[in-house]
Parts: sequence; C-alpha cells; structure tokens
Amino acid sequence: MFQTRIHGRGGQGVVTAAELLSVAAFLEGRHAQAFPSFGSERMGAPVMSFCRIDDKEIRLREPVQKPDALIIQDPTLLHSVDVFGGLNPNGYILINSRRRFDELGIAEFVAGFPAHHVCDLGATELAMKHVGRPLPNAALLGGFAAISGQLHMDSVAQAIMQKFPGPVGEANVAAAREAYDIAANS
Amino acid sequence: MLKQLEGSVAIAETVAYCRPEVVCAYPITPQTHIVEGVGALVKSGVLSNCEFINVESEFAALSVAIGASAAGARAYTATASQGLLFMAEAVYNAAGLGLPIVMTIGNRAIGAPINIWNDHSDSMALKDAGWIQLFAESNQEAVDLHIQAFRLAEELSCPVMVCVDGFILTHAYERIDVPTQEEVDAFLPPFEPVQVLDPTEPYSIGAMVGPEAFTEVRYLGHQKQLQALHLIPEIAKVFQDVFGRETGGLVHPYRTENAETMIVALGSINGTIKDVVDAMRESGTAIGSIGVCSFRPFPLEALAKALDGAKRVIVVEKSLAPGLGGMLTSDVRMSLLRQAIPVHTVIAGLGGRPVTGVSLTAAFELAVNDQLEDVHFLDLDHAAIEHEVERSRLTRKSGPTAENILRRLGSGV
Repeated sequence: MFQTRIHGRGGQGVVTAAELLSVAAFLEGRHAQAFPSFGSERMGAPVMSFCRIDDKEIRLREPVQKPDALIIQDPTLLHSVDVFGGLNPNGYILINSRRRFDELGIAEFVAGFPAHHVCDLGATELAMKHVGRPLPNAALLGGFAAISGQLHMDSVAQAIMQKFPGPVGEANVAAAREAYDIAANS
Repeated sequence: MLKQLEGSVAIAETVAYCRPEVVCAYPITPQTHIVEGVGALVKSGVLSNCEFINVESEFAALSVAIGASAAGARAYTATASQGLLFMAEAVYNAAGLGLPIVMTIGNRAIGAPINIWNDHSDSMALKDAGWIQLFAESNQEAVDLHIQAFRLAEELSCPVMVCVDGFILTHAYERIDVPTQEEVDAFLPPFEPVQVLDPTEPYSIGAMVGPEAFTEVRYLGHQKQLQALHLIPEIAKVFQDVFGRETGGLVHPYRTENAETMIVALGSINGTIKDVVDAMRESGTAIGSIGVCSFRPFPLEALAKALDGAKRVIVVEKSLAPGLGGMLTSDVRMSLLRQAIPVHTVIAGLGGRPVTGVSLTAAFELAVNDQLEDVHFLDLDHAAIEHEVERSRLTRKSGPTAENILRRLGSGV
C-alpha cells in the first residue's frame, strides 16, 4: 500500500488533489481511497487530505499517519504544522515552491532522503502560466507522478479531464505535463 | 459499473435508480451531499417521476415522507445527528404506521458539546423506534444496502434506516460498483403499498388506539422485526444472485475459525478491525471479528452461533450509554444468555476521534492477556480528565467543562 498525505490551506483544492490521485490510480485498475481531514475548515486554515493506493481492497479507515509521500501545496505550512510527521524515511516529498530547500530552511532534513525523492516545484507559477489562476493542484499531481513513479502522467491527465472537461481541463493538463517534465529532470 | 466516486455521490445515484417518487431534503452535515446529489439527478431528468421537496426542517422532511408514503409513493429522505433528533416524533410515527420509508443516516455525534464528526450516537438514540437499522461497512455496502432496503421496507411495510458513517464513508472516494438502472429494476419491483390514502375510497390511518389494542399493535411491530430476521438474509441472497456481490445480511463473520478472541462492531470500523485481525493472526493470536450489519432487528441467534466457542468477546462501540457503557454490548450479552463468555466494551471514535489500528491492537492484546477492563475508553486522555476533575473539585463555580478542557489543550499544558 502506498500512502500519500497532502497539506494545504482551505480553498487550495487539497480535497480535489486527493480525489484526482485516487481517480488516476483507479484508471490504472488499482484500488484507491481518498478522503479529507474532516472538519469545518475555513478558507486559509491548514487542512490535510489523504490518498491510499493498493493492488487489493483498502479496508483501513484511519487517517494516514505514516505517509510514503507528502505533497505540500503551501510552503508557509512548513514551520507551523508538523507536515513531516510519520514520513517514511525512504519516502517522497513534493513542495510547491520556487525557493531552494536551504532557503526554505529544510535542507538538512531533506538531505536524509534519496535525492530523486524530493522536489520543489513552482506549481503556482505553472498554474498562472497555463491556467491563469494560482491553483497549483494539477502541476503538483504531474510532479507527484514523476517523482513517485506510482502513476502514469497520462492517467493523471485523464483524471483531470474527467473532473474538468474542456479548456479548463486542457490548461490544467498542460500545467501538469510541464511539471512532470521539470520534476522528472530535476 | 466500476467507478471511483465519493460515497455520497454513489449513494445518491443508487437511490435515484431505486425510483423514489418523493424525496424530502433538509441539509445537515455530513449527509448533505447525498440529498444534493439526488436533487441534481431530479433536475437533470435522470430521475423522472419524482417530486424533490425542499422542506424547512427535519421534522417536516420526515412528515412529508410519511404523507407521501401513506398516499402510495415510494419515499426517501436522509439526515444525521441533531436532524434525526429533531424528527424523532415522526420517526416513531413512520414505524407505528407501517410506512416503508427509506432514510439514510450519515452517522454523526450529538451535542452538547456541538460536534459535526462521526460516531453512532444519532441512530442509537432512535434504535428502538421500530425502524430496521442496517449498518454499512464500506461504500460498496452502503450502495447495495439502499437497494436492499427499499425491497425489505416494502415487503414488510416497515421503514428502514441505512446507517453510513459520516465523513469516513460519506466523504471518502473509493472504487464502487454502481448498479445500472436495469439491474436495480430487475431486483426491485414497483411499490405496491398495503395501505393507501385515496380520496375516492376514504379511510383513516393513525387512529387513536387505547389500552384495549395498543399492546397488540406493538406486538405486531415486534413480530415484523422478527420476520425481518428471515427476510434480510433472503434478500441479501437474491441480491447476490442478481448483482454477484455478497453484501447485507445479518452478520459478517471474519476469520472466526477457532477464534478465542472475537471482536464485534458496527459500520466502517470493521474494515480497520479486519486489518488488525489479519496482523494479529499473522503473529499467532486466535482472533476473529463479526460485523453486525442488521442492528435492528438484532440477530441474537446468528450472533450466538458465530460467537460459539470464543473465550472472550470485545465489542467496539462508537457510542456511549452514560451510566452503563455500551449499547451494542448489552445486546451482544443478550445473545450470549446461554454461553458464559465475558464481554468487554471498547468505546472508540466518539465525536470523530480516529480509531487507529495501533490503538485497537493494544486493546485487543490487553484482552487476550485478560487485562482489559469491562468498559475501556480507547485513547482516553487521562491527564486532561484528572486535571478537569481536580479543577472542578477546587471551586464550586468551575464553569463549562468542554470549554475548560479545550482551553487547557490549546495552551499546550
């Protein structure tokens, strides 16, 4: 079982990100379970969502406490929430930021992970370029597919198009594909 | 057809395929997505010949469903928590009148203190109102139980609650085999009511009944529930023949062969329990579990049979009967009248506290070593309890408990 935890702020699409991951995995014939950190969250408040992927039925219903991968939509959470709690020491970290790990103050922590497992990605900038709005979700999912190897980029694209048919989906897929290429080559 | 869907959306689609003719809606978290989903399907025309009625309260929602059902329409509504309590009088009426309404409960705690998260306090509060109560273990079972519920309700003329864990199931996206209209039509015949309010042939429903006949009416309501004990497995079998899936029924035994320790629970927590059972079996513990799908009627015999041979039983409960312990536990003990097996209660997941495999394993291991107390509160913050007890001991005007505990937790003491 591969477990992902997504950290963001209310309104950034944290729940949608987990949903899209689960749909992409489903499209590859796998079992997937996505759910939010339940609550009456407000815009801007720290929120989490979770996605489990497995080759058999997923029965476990507890929140993901020992993630294999983290997607951090908002780097301002790094020092206010225990985003790295329980992370698999051989796990994956994807952060939406154009700043380097040392600028984010986590270089030492990140150095403990295999180099190709960690990635900072200007997902918001990619979203502005392709979609015209600061919604980093699609780009982060592309980046996740590249570093984790859990999903094919085409499945991510298909999941995005199912959720957002037409030009909005296409713009998001373009952002995801560019992010995929950046992350794969970083 | 296999789809990756939010539980609520899959339930809404499935309810639409059951062709309800009247759907009453009043939103309350975490049930809202379900009636919103049904509403969208009425608007888009996928569900035709259906009156979708936005009402002003839960009391009205079920009252309208009662009126619709008495007039011969297949009626559906959904609610949760405080909403179920607000319609409590109508809940009893629907059962007392023998109206086959199906209602989804997106299980949620009851205040005070106000809490929007999952536990089973709401449906437990109305467990003896005369409705059948079926608990879903997964979103697949939630979907399937709704189809079975309409058939069961209408064959018996008895209302059915389908209890679905709020958020944990209603807001989870998972792989769900959503039936087609043709499949549901093949399983669920059109509603043929045993009583209809019809102006051309007038009679009354709901007359006053005095001491001369009230007991007999209640006795027949009890008999109906006992009949359901036979009908629920029969319907599950027919369902399996049509859909190829084994869902519903009275109880779901899991790895019970030679189990010395047996876990009993309602709803989605059975998924986590099964994973714990697998892990403990792996390390040599003779443990199994039984998910109770039909809580009302309560499957006394089926449970007694499934628990036969166990050395101890642990009931994991998402509700609390203050001053007693667990409600499901009491019923499980009733099923063990002829077997001397100790029954422990583990109160877990109140107000949405995550029930983790680690904590369950620890509790089950205590039980295996005969060290588990009769009523155990999983992951209880003993320091917070002791501090609050001490604080209120020191001053008469100690103020509200909930706010004081929160303030202390917030200050990180």
